[in-house]
Amino acid sequence: MTAGDRPRMGFFTDTSVCIGCKACEVACKEWNAVPEDGLNFTAMSFDNSGGLGADTWRHVAFIEQRASVGVQESGVGRPDGASAPVDLGMPAFEKPGDSAGADERGEFRWLMSSDVCKHCTHAACLDVCPTGALFRTEFGTVVVQEDICNGCGYCVPACPYGVIDKREDDGRVWKCTLCYDRLGDGLEPACAKACPTDSIQFGELDELRARADDRVRHLHEAGIESARLYGRDPDDGVGGDGAFFLLLDEPEVYGLPPDPVVTTRDLPSMWRHAGAAAAVLLAGITATFLGRRR
Amino acid sequence: MSTSDVTREGIRGAHPGREALTGAVSTLDGHRREHPRGRRIRRGEPEFRSYYDKPVLNQIVWEPRDIAGYLFLGGLAGASSVLAAGADLTGRPGLARPLKYTALGAITGSVAALVNDLGRPARFVNMLRVLKWTSPMSVGSWILMAYGPLAGAAAVSQATGILPGLGRAAALGAGAVGPAVAAYTAPLICDTAVPAWHEGFREMPFVFVGSAAAAAGGMGMATAPVSQAGPARRAAVLGSALETAALWRMERRMGMVAEPYRTGRSGLLMRAAKALTVGGAVGALLGARSRRVSAVAGAALLAGSACTRFGVFHAGVASAADPKYTVVPQRRRLEERKAAEANESAQAAASSAAQEAEGSADS
Repeated sequence: MTAGDRPRMGFFTDTSVCIGCKACEVACKEWNAVPEDGLNFTAMSFDNSGGLGADTWRHVAFIEQRASVGVQESGVGRPDGASAPVDLGMPAFEKPGDSAGADERGEFRWLMSSDVCKHCTHAACLDVCPTGALFRTEFGTVVVQEDICNGCGYCVPACPYGVIDKREDDGRVWKCTLCYDRLGDGLEPACAKACPTDSIQFGELDELRARADDRVRHLHEAGIESARLYGRDPDDGVGGDGAFFLLLDEPEVYGLPPDPVVTTRDLPSMWRHAGAAAAVLLAGITATFLGRRR
Repeated sequence: MSTSDVTREGIRGAHPGREALTGAVSTLDGHRREHPRGRRIRRGEPEFRSYYDKPVLNQIVWEPRDIAGYLFLGGLAGASSVLAAGADLTGRPGLARPLKYTALGAITGSVAALVNDLGRPARFVNMLRVLKWTSPMSVGSWILMAYGPLAGAAAVSQATGILPGLGRAAALGAGAVGPAVAAYTAPLICDTAVPAWHEGFREMPFVFVGSAAAAAGGMGMATAPVSQAGPARRAAVLGSALETAALWRMERRMGMVAEPYRTGRSGLLMRAAKALTVGGAVGALLGARSRRVSAVAGAALLAGSACTRFGVFHAGVASAADPKYTVVPQRRRLEERKAAEANESAQAAASSAAQEAEGSADS
């Protein structure tokens, strides 16, 4: 879905090289002047922002897993004769294996993933917006016009990914714009610019998809069978995402829905059912006036 | 045009991170459910994984009082107008009058609730800058714009006696638009990713119009003289039956996503709604000759309709707040699709193998 001859632009977030530095979160906040969302520690992990919202347009998830770091990773790239890797175990106040015994020594891996608005091909937020405040840009991205949004909040439960949200103090909704203002000036989005490992890549969507396919193939060849692309398939429930991901575990582990569907896919059927119900109401009440007078 | 750093040759000609390896082959097919701290798995509860038990969806930002109230009042107004129009046409002024007032009062209240949720009146006007069929809220705003003035004119003409002909035409017009007012709120909430709402989109309109008819019938029973309230009683009984049947079917079809309709605050509201609605319908059937029984049954029906809307609203809130209702059905759907695909390709392979065997036999 492109306007004119412009190619559709998007993000490819390769979480396999994300180091969880949160530079993207900070760069996004700084460039877009996004207010702070409370200096809270969530007390569940080292993730301090928790999820996407009105004031968090990029969110780095930290998934702590009791899973082995694996044979292949520890071996790959290690020079011959180098000492074996040391298992550090889950973060704890005691030394690994102290209480559990050497055999039970904690196995642990960290998955990090920078989440963002998916800029869906079929965007539910855009579809349900009653004012037209949400629109599709010439880059194929989805942006809220803050001077038109009237804060009805309809897009919030409509988003199958839980991205767009209402800001407490101004009542309007906000989300990632894919740095619409920067794109217009030929710049890449702030998060991609700030990403030190190029986990976040910005570019033409077709190009990114080819790049992502290459990357997955490379990882599979290296024995990392868990690598999979999420949101890349144009035939999925949202018509493919403008921002898609390479994940190392099931999407739900990252807080993503496994099989999201744009809610308006069922809307024609919804209108038909509502029309039938309205007809039933009219017919039913008309029927109450028929027959003998009481 | 954007000067993206991504080119066919790579990023600025390089492939940063392309050689980086991560993950763990040995554990990847384990698929053990990691139970985050604090979540107790009850027996029979479907297993699923999530990000620290945080919801996948963002939470519904609507105030329950405003929006559930809006759903209830809209239904009451729409069905009241239909009943009032019928009463007008069949010469039942004692039934038409209070229902016309009800329609105006309810629709005013529902718009007030909407404006209150939006923050200021200008924001309702902003709703009318476009008409979008993909947005039930936009369509609904226009339905309200068509309906409100008709219901208002009908009620004002009834109260003042001014322009009775036009008032009657307005009442008929409101009666014609009324069903749309009562029904459109179902697509309004179902056109979201909220599992307990979206999955019920086939039955929800029938739940809502049934509930609306029960409420309007109840209002007619409570306010009209017994001799003229026959249609109101019948509407109440029919509406209650439709609502109860549609809810039953909806819950059965939704499977585990229907849980919030049975548990917690929403479950309590839904049970109260059922008791009040069924009780009110029984009162309508048995107490037809008693003014007092009619009034009590009518009040029960109104309360039941309100409880239904609040129950449905809170079920949606509960289902959006628990990642289980988002992840489990989607995961199941994904696996069924995968199984079907595997089955299909296996069949294709078998048939091509058969063809091959045939070919070699021929040669």
